[in-house]
Amino acid sequence: MANKILVYIDHFAGQVVPASWEAVGVGTSLAEKLGSEVVAVVLGHEVETFAQNAIEFGAGGVLMGDAPELKDYRPEPFARVLSQLAAEAEVLLLPTTSRTRELAGMVAVDLETGVMPDVVAFEIEDGSVLATRPIYAGKLLTKVICPEKRPQIFTLRSRAFVKPEPDPGRSGDITRIELDLGEIVTEVTGYSESMVGVSLSDAAIIVSGGRGVSNNPRLSPPTEITDEGEQEIWRAQQGFALVSDLAKVLGAAMGASRAAVDAGYVPYEHQVGQTGKVVSPDLYIACGISGAIQHLAGMRTSKTIVAINRDSDAPIFKLARFGIVGDLFDILPPLTQAFKERLG
Amino acid sequence: MNIVVCVKQTPDTAATVTVEDGVVSWGDAPVILNPWDEFAVEEALRIKEAHGGQVTAISLGPEDAKEALKQALAMGCDQAILISDPALAGADSLVVSKILAASINKIGDADLVIFGRASVDSDTGVTGPQVARRLGWPALSLVAAVTALDPEGKNIAVERMLDECRQLVRSPLPAVVSVVKEINEPRYPSFMGIRKASRAEIPLWTAADLGLDEISDSAVTWPEIIAPPKIETEVEMIEGETPEELAAHLVDRLMEEKVI
Repeated sequence: MANKILVYIDHFAGQVVPASWEAVGVGTSLAEKLGSEVVAVVLGHEVETFAQNAIEFGAGGVLMGDAPELKDYRPEPFARVLSQLAAEAEVLLLPTTSRTRELAGMVAVDLETGVMPDVVAFEIEDGSVLATRPIYAGKLLTKVICPEKRPQIFTLRSRAFVKPEPDPGRSGDITRIELDLGEIVTEVTGYSESMVGVSLSDAAIIVSGGRGVSNNPRLSPPTEITDEGEQEIWRAQQGFALVSDLAKVLGAAMGASRAAVDAGYVPYEHQVGQTGKVVSPDLYIACGISGAIQHLAGMRTSKTIVAINRDSDAPIFKLARFGIVGDLFDILPPLTQAFKERLG
Repeated sequence: MNIVVCVKQTPDTAATVTVEDGVVSWGDAPVILNPWDEFAVEEALRIKEAHGGQVTAISLGPEDAKEALKQALAMGCDQAILISDPALAGADSLVVSKILAASINKIGDADLVIFGRASVDSDTGVTGPQVARRLGWPALSLVAAVTALDPEGKNIAVERMLDECRQLVRSPLPAVVSVVKEINEPRYPSFMGIRKASRAEIPLWTAADLGLDEISDSAVTWPEIIAPPKIETEVEMIEGETPEELAAHLVDRLMEEKVI
């Protein structure tokens, strides 16, 4: 079948990235409209479970490449195999992750076709897929289309599409493919410990802290800290501990504004905004974040925004559904406590 | 170590960006060196300072898009080249990567090519890896640290920032790296640097200069650019006498609205 829709299943350390299943769901609905079938691609080592899962989530079949050389993701062999598989496909869908942007781009070069990353909506126009993607960090949206070249390659923003319900009763063929990996010149020598509890892109709830988190006047740093900069960091750490406590109770990811990251309060992987992660959780709680345009661009599509800020004129309140004007140091501890009691 | 840094000129991230009749505008906000590319320039300069060599900044854009290159020169790059051709207006990443790869080949002898992770305007993040693919060099994307570099042995070790953790990778050179903000703190241009940059002649290369007589068509087109739907929210201020009351009222409302 020449017009099939391929969906790449991204995974890391034995876990499939949830947006992969969202991509299978999108693939299924596009296949209905285009009269084609959805085939999942699973590459890695000892990945048969993922292939099985892909069928449960709706793939008609799976192409599985399983080899020890694919245990660690590296773009060159993965792109090479994916290009071989996608050469005849109509559409290639990938979830947007730290691995797949480059993978999608490299396959597009191999097949001399178009790549459209981080898509948030799809429609069909004249037999091609017309997609919508944010530009300028979501300040604008652009429609994109690849009218002639094939496959049309898209990566899908996490949480922009509904994850289908898995059906354990579904069946489909899992085809083991012959692998031609080429020469692999890079070597993965290890991994650092994981950095973040819950990934910002996948999180249903995010609790974020801003510069205001370091401003608790009632705290006095231990006397052995004499440097003013270190005192500020110490204050910020006390503040972010409150943010993190609330995040833990809610099973949420912890975010931060650029101001907080630049000031050295928390590492960069927590940054939400134009030069950080663009997120759209169900609930976004902004603590001590005034709402610079770059930050708003990164979280404006959150379903419900709660703002806690001392300044009632802070721009964040313009986007918020619920607001509390007050001191986050007063509000966060009882808020964490209240959620703990109410959510059991 | 000869290094090529690929940079882009973008509107300031503080700009309010609007669209009217398909034309994007950012008012009188300044154009700047794409913020991610500052980290790329800085890393190139640090590697040059440690190992010697030349740093060349290149950019593809309209004829007047020299601000990003001037900033790169002011920071300390040795030379800058603007690639500009009317035929490149509206080029997609497939075409842009071809032009950049041809430019890197024309400059010659590069050991390393460095990109920022993405541009803050089109935000695709695919151009660096695509250039790597075209050159046939390893792609090392989202690099948060260069942990070892051996110019004689021609290899590099980096930490890549995945969503889940850092991946440690060793690769031969030449290679194409894209960098994230964790990697360094970009320097401010010196007064001398700014003076030097303001006087610098920035050569302009066209597609023909790159030996590309015919520019292939872009695969992707942008039929429509729109403003995102306005978010109509009326903020509901939570009232309460004490922090405990405020907290309880907020939780009540979130549960009533089934947010939680």
